[in-house]
Amino acid sequence: MTTTAPFGARLDDVVVHFGRSHRVLQNGTMVRDEASTALDGASLTIRPGAITGVLGRNGAGKTTMLSLLAAFTRPTSGSVLVGPEGAQEDPWENPWITSGTQLVRESGDLMTDEKVSTSLKYYADMRPDWSAETAERLLDLFEIDVRKNPSALSRGKRSAVGASIGLATRAPLTIFDEVYLGMDAPTRYAFYDELLADYAEHPRTILLSSHLVEEVERLFEDVVVIDKGRVLLAEPADEMRARGFSLTGTKDAVERIAGGRRVLHRQQLGATVQVTLEGALEDGERAAAREAGVEVGSVPVQDLFVRLTGSGNVPS
Amino acid sequence: MFDGPEPIYIQIAQMIRAQVLAGELKEEEQVMSTTQFATTFRINPATAQKAFAGLVEEGVLYKRRGLGMFVAPQARERLLADHRKRYFEEVLAPALQQADILGIPTEDVVAYVLGAGKKNTEES
Repeated sequence: MTTTAPFGARLDDVVVHFGRSHRVLQNGTMVRDEASTALDGASLTIRPGAITGVLGRNGAGKTTMLSLLAAFTRPTSGSVLVGPEGAQEDPWENPWITSGTQLVRESGDLMTDEKVSTSLKYYADMRPDWSAETAERLLDLFEIDVRKNPSALSRGKRSAVGASIGLATRAPLTIFDEVYLGMDAPTRYAFYDELLADYAEHPRTILLSSHLVEEVERLFEDVVVIDKGRVLLAEPADEMRARGFSLTGTKDAVERIAGGRRVLHRQQLGATVQVTLEGALEDGERAAAREAGVEVGSVPVQDLFVRLTGSGNVPS
Repeated sequence: MFDGPEPIYIQIAQMIRAQVLAGELKEEEQVMSTTQFATTFRINPATAQKAFAGLVEEGVLYKRRGLGMFVAPQARERLLADHRKRYFEEVLAPALQQADILGIPTEDVVAYVLGAGKKNTEES
């Protein structure tokens, strides 16, 4: 096997400004406009060989971050490093790194004026670890007619072509940026199944950005949350889940056990209260909760994500 | 599947323990691979791995190089001993506490236990 070791990645204090332009005023002075800031001091490490979920609200900077890793964009300042452990390099105009990085965007990244089969040939030539067998099987599974032009395919089918290509490249760093858009539920679940099966057999680094957090959270080993151009957290999914818990029971008992913890959410139904709290319970408190008939529950990643990114909260 | 409040890897471990206890998984029998687990339950393979690692440490499973995970000899015995020890504390004590809250006299509880016990022996 000639398979390359999975790529990791590192961002250090990365800033990306878009739409920078120069204007000359009537009096002859030149001014520079910084139209928008997509990333504003983002730092994080992507673990090689893991499936990492990239979460963030619209405009948070997810796509910019993923484009940096694939060298589709260059940082205004800060450093980007991609590559196998111990041999990470700047991906910009770096054929060795970029040949091992596959970014699949919503559009599927297909040649618009050519048949799908032509795009497939292109990727087969570009990607050293390309599996023609996987591509064929997946396109068959998603019922794609490769003789058609992408424009003749529905949005969901185009996304499915992109997903198939992403999996078939077996790239040491494979990035799916909201690739699910337009896919119906059966297609999405088929994609998740294929992703897991292929990943288990051919471990590599996979980044997956999605707004359908509930659907994909179990696929993740690590989670990155980006908010307003910054990395809010980057950690194992289990650690993120341990950032909060819920208590359900009578008002007095729940409040006693909750103590001084920060309340992320509170719901009351008659005499029963459910609160979502930051932090974790100690063993003693857990026993106290059981004794008081208070139910201790976990908080879905989706809820934590909403609470953490809802009003500019920064976790400690 | 695995909708409980605990982390998924703990729920997977609980499921395997329950299967061993119930005799659905026999000693020296092979358990599903992490890949099979991941694709069957749509979870990250590392999550299944973590559950297996815990069970190996407990002595419920053991690894055969290149073959996979197998139920350890005496795994059931070990689990039985462990669960028996915890039964009173975790199952019976809360039930008796509830009986106390409901004002069910101890004699009634005892009578029920003896009755249920009798029924069980009759059936077997």
